[in-house]
Amino acid sequence: MAAVLAVSATVGPGVAACGSSESSAGGKPTLTWYINPDGGGSDPTKKGQAQIAKECTDAAGGKYAIRVQLLPNSASDQRQQLLRRLAAGDSGIDLMSIDPVFVAEFAEAKFLAPVPHDMVAGFTADTVKAAVEGATWKGNLVAVPFWANTQLLWYRKSVAKAAGLDMSQPVTWAQLIKAAQSQKKTIGVQASRYEGYVVWINALIAGAGGQIVENPGATADQLKLGLETPAGKEAASVIQQVASTGVGGPALSSTTETESLNLFSGSDTSGFLVNWPYTWAALPTNGVKFIDDIGWAKYPETVAGKPSQPPFGGIELGVGAFSKHPDLAYDAAKCITSPAHQKLYMLGTGNPAANKTVYDDPAIKKQLPMAALIRQSLDSAAPRPQSQYYGDISTGLQREFSPPDSVNPNSTPAAATDLITSVLKGNALL
Amino acid sequence: MTTLADDTGRETAPPHQRASKARLSDRARAERALGWKLAGPAFIIMLAVTAYPIINALWLSLYNYRLTDPGARSFVFLRNYVVILTDSLWWAAVGITVIITLVTVAVEFVLGMALAMVMNKIVIPRRSLRTIILIPYAIITVVSAFSWKYAFAVDSGYANHWLHTATFGAFPVTYDWFGGTWSSLAIICLSEIWKTTPFMSLLLLAGLAQVDSALDEAAKVDGATFWQRLYKVTLPNMKAAIMVALLFRTLDAFRIFDNVFIMTGGSQNTSTVSLVAYNQTISRAEIGMGSAVSVLLFLMVVGICVVFVKSFKVDLAQVKGD
Repeated sequence: MAAVLAVSATVGPGVAACGSSESSAGGKPTLTWYINPDGGGSDPTKKGQAQIAKECTDAAGGKYAIRVQLLPNSASDQRQQLLRRLAAGDSGIDLMSIDPVFVAEFAEAKFLAPVPHDMVAGFTADTVKAAVEGATWKGNLVAVPFWANTQLLWYRKSVAKAAGLDMSQPVTWAQLIKAAQSQKKTIGVQASRYEGYVVWINALIAGAGGQIVENPGATADQLKLGLETPAGKEAASVIQQVASTGVGGPALSSTTETESLNLFSGSDTSGFLVNWPYTWAALPTNGVKFIDDIGWAKYPETVAGKPSQPPFGGIELGVGAFSKHPDLAYDAAKCITSPAHQKLYMLGTGNPAANKTVYDDPAIKKQLPMAALIRQSLDSAAPRPQSQYYGDISTGLQREFSPPDSVNPNSTPAAATDLITSVLKGNALL
Repeated sequence: MTTLADDTGRETAPPHQRASKARLSDRARAERALGWKLAGPAFIIMLAVTAYPIINALWLSLYNYRLTDPGARSFVFLRNYVVILTDSLWWAAVGITVIITLVTVAVEFVLGMALAMVMNKIVIPRRSLRTIILIPYAIITVVSAFSWKYAFAVDSGYANHWLHTATFGAFPVTYDWFGGTWSSLAIICLSEIWKTTPFMSLLLLAGLAQVDSALDEAAKVDGATFWQRLYKVTLPNMKAAIMVALLFRTLDAFRIFDNVFIMTGGSQNTSTVSLVAYNQTISRAEIGMGSAVSVLLFLMVVGICVVFVKSFKVDLAQVKGD
């Protein structure tokens, strides 16, 4: 085992890195773009990142060609693959699609090539604030905002009406739990032991006016956590109520986006759901017949009267520090993130653009009737903590907050603080 | 496998080899040199791919070293080991690993023995039967883990519906198997048993085939019952095969990773030692801490080997007939 692990940790990335080529047959440089799987996969006709890669190759007029490489499905696995390759100095990574939460770790480890000064203004113009924040580390833009994600509250109009909820006004988690309980329906949330659970925890804490990391960018022994605060307790209390009332469904502890969407797709269980905008395109595919009965509203409030801060996700484009063509890669990034391509991507995959001007496009408004709400949610979205140790913070939270029915507002935030603090100081395993 | 299982010592070393220990003849010396020349390259490759990573892991385990922060690498001597051995997570993982190992190996041994005896008795479709029995073992562990996970999942699984029907509605359709430690472990063990019992039965079948049927018949004539013949004749005569089968499976089971990783990811307190090593080394990129966990796992595996070889009192080198 020791041997196997040591090999995979030290030799593995180097060996695996041989796959990328520097130049194609015609002599022009080939840029390799590691993409997260989207609706388009690696098919250049399906309006995903692969199609954008092809269009940008054509637009480059022979300056470069972009080749896509698919990353694994989950955000954690994507991080692992990129991190292992970059730690081995893989020059085959020219461009990569990174979850915003890992930008800090990659930037701190100097895995990202610096953004050319003259391009910063172009990359941040008209871009939603959270996406720019997610691509910024210690005051410098280190990646290029590509698309920006946020969660909405999806609901059955009939269920909300029967429970007497006025959905034109902001609703709280407490109201939703009560409504779901009275109607014997479910609230789809993500509480499996994975990154999606931290998305929920972070949104709950931010909604109560708190933050998980109080001093972003601090070193391991200086890092201060904001879990043992009234906001941390409010968040834990919401999770406790969802778990103890059973409104989270029968298998809350293994519910990811997929399971929560399934709960919302079943006509007898479906009540409420917090999920990303892909839900809108996924519901008909899931065979849902009651599309007309589905409404959307802003993410629920943790504390009544305090505006909610919806989750923030999406993808930032990074240029590999070991790339042989960083200047060409940034040229390509400019093409990939152009408003026209963001629009194409939003229409093709349902993933919302980071550029605000895209939302005014009539085609977008027609296909995504909730586009205005998405943009409004993005403006008030709270990113997950920015820290080079985000992976440890997230895993520690997942461990202490799992299973959700064991969450106790008086002990869980304290236990999570203890665990994460000692892990970061090298005094505990994770 | 049959050569390994041959414990009768029929092929003892020729007398001249034993005498040569004292003084090597020219021919023996030349043979030895040729032996080194022939096996040397393979030996060097083995050193490069096994000894080097093991020693490297030992070395790294003395450091505080995070792959994303190579600048902060510092020598901490045995601190990583102290942290691990005083962490309750480690001991919980060891406990879970031991439970999984004991349960799966015990059940697999009994089932595997039964299957081996059936295969040993059946003459006509023996070859096809062996092939059919091996099918689960041929399935990639990750794939089998996914199929068991989906079978017992609340939303897409069929197992709950079957149990619901079989118990006339007493079993709840929405039972969450992966919502508790013991129910999760049950599925993890079941899938492990389903997948590796064939391997166990094949190893045991090889041993069973070595048992002289005349012994069994003689015992039968003397009026021994089935169980007496099993305990007094069959099992003692296939001791080496049993040891090899149990040792291989115990080592495998102790390093269990795929099933747990896919089904629970270590939640519900189902982390095993390998998963702890994976989390430190791969997820957290804490090469130092991860290497220390791996070294401890390696030491435990070596310990298991020693205990097996000592307690079975079987000399594998002799078994091979060298």
